[in-house]
Amino acid sequence: MVAVPVPRAGAPDAADKPDPTKKSEARGLNFYYGSFQALKNISMPIYEKHVTALIGPSGCGKSTFLRCFNRMHDLYPGNRYEGEIMLFPDNTNLLNPAVDPIEVRMRISMVFQKPNPFPKSIYENVAYGLRVRGATKRALIDEKVEEALRNAALWDEVKMRLHDLAFNLSGGQQQRLCIARALATDPEILLFDEPTSALDPIATASIEQLIADLKARVTILIVTHNMQQAARVSDYTAYMYLGELIEFDVTDTIFIKPKNKQTEDYITGRFG
Amino acid sequence: MPDTFVSDRLARRKLRHVHERFIESALFLAASVSVLTTVGIVVILLKESFVFFQHVSIWNFLTDTQWTPLFSDAHYGILPLLSGTLVSSAVALTVAIPLGTIIAIYLSEFAPFSVREVAKPFLELLGGVPTIVYGYFALLFVTPLIQKIYPELPGFNILSAGLVMGVMIIPYVSSVSEDAMHAVPMSLREGSYAMGATRFQTAIRVVTPAAFSGITAAYILGISRAVGETMILAVAAGMQPNLTWNPLEPAATITAYIVQVALGDLPHGSIGYQTIFAAGLTLALLTLLFNLLGHVLRKRFRQAY
Repeated sequence: MVAVPVPRAGAPDAADKPDPTKKSEARGLNFYYGSFQALKNISMPIYEKHVTALIGPSGCGKSTFLRCFNRMHDLYPGNRYEGEIMLFPDNTNLLNPAVDPIEVRMRISMVFQKPNPFPKSIYENVAYGLRVRGATKRALIDEKVEEALRNAALWDEVKMRLHDLAFNLSGGQQQRLCIARALATDPEILLFDEPTSALDPIATASIEQLIADLKARVTILIVTHNMQQAARVSDYTAYMYLGELIEFDVTDTIFIKPKNKQTEDYITGRFG
Repeated sequence: MPDTFVSDRLARRKLRHVHERFIESALFLAASVSVLTTVGIVVILLKESFVFFQHVSIWNFLTDTQWTPLFSDAHYGILPLLSGTLVSSAVALTVAIPLGTIIAIYLSEFAPFSVREVAKPFLELLGGVPTIVYGYFALLFVTPLIQKIYPELPGFNILSAGLVMGVMIIPYVSSVSEDAMHAVPMSLREGSYAMGATRFQTAIRVVTPAAFSGITAAYILGISRAVGETMILAVAAGMQPNLTWNPLEPAATITAYIVQVALGDLPHGSIGYQTIFAAGLTLALLTLLFNLLGHVLRKRFRQAY
């Protein structure tokens, strides 16, 4: 029994376009929580202006891998990276200790599993990234906030109440607000860590639509538990298991004729 | 056979019900102790103050600028005591609120785990020092110290008492604020860091506003502590009722006055003795006011995660 091909929401078939530009690339990446090795020798590319999905059972290291890209692991003591995550066109290793993690986070934004708006107004939430970068010009911030909210498909719902507390929004709206917040600073890569796992199906559909729209302007890396979601939104898929990258390929290939038996078992639900 | 089994179970449930009711009433009684105490205090204060206000009009009490109930020319104006209380509290809070907040931010957001684990108990120890010790510290150490810079400072003054009281209150402010900040979920901090914020920006722009309701509670606790503090002021600020807003002068606070009269030899039931209930009522209303204010602020800024 082979996986049922899942219809894709108008995404162009990545397989037709040979060799898209690499935006980033993991090379021999190992990661340790203390003495526990959570990622084992991961090497894979992230293609520019495409969506790459990371799938795999709980504990496979997909979130850990995602959080390497914006050096979130630096926040906690005892974590250690080995290997490289290259960022192009700079050709810089993000994990180099000489690279300031704050600089990295200025270019690579993240949206979390649970919506985590700040205890501020809708406007100030979106303006946050600009403000921490020292922006003070009202006109510029106004413009960026509106643009980000439009790109996150939230503008029409909140334009009349930009100065309300963000907590008054629904869960789905809060998550789109977090996306707007991440977009406001024009990131080059957007990381999504299971962005819909706390949302209802309707809110999930709107976030998925948003991801499909956003890939025209930004490179996206998304961790998801939901295989249908990976099939719907992504161009490339990586299957991970126990800290190892088992298979990386064009999404359709992974879902229709995976080369690896383990991937096939996971995709078809025989395991995981 | 099944019948007896069922009725047996029913009987046991009934017994359990009695048992539950017993525990419930025991808990209720324990809880009522605190409520009844409060009610008792309010009733006594109101009753005794009522006797006082039959001799002295409320208008007089609130507007007279002298408080000399023990002199032959008796005046019963609460203002001098109120000013002493407010000025000394203001001095104390000027010390305690900024320092307490900074310490809380440091401990919660910056200090390594080991520092936090050592510093917190030490700070809390500061709040456990008997206030009489602080009083003599103010009188015999801080006042002479300030006199070296400003020789005209009288031996009894609000300033040194207030400063020392501020130090005493720091742990109340910092400990409760720190708990509130520590309770801010990690996901909010991560959200801020992920936007490229520094540790300081995260602490000031995200964690502090998120913990605002708890920090308010800490401030209110500090204010109540300052307004109600007795010993430091009785020892170091002098016990002369003095209508002034200048912390360099000696003054008496409401609490210091109550202590003075309660320890003196005024006959119970005399108008002089009755004054302490009126003063106590004023103090209770003042604290109530601050608590209400804190309650409103907390409700307004309460955040659920």
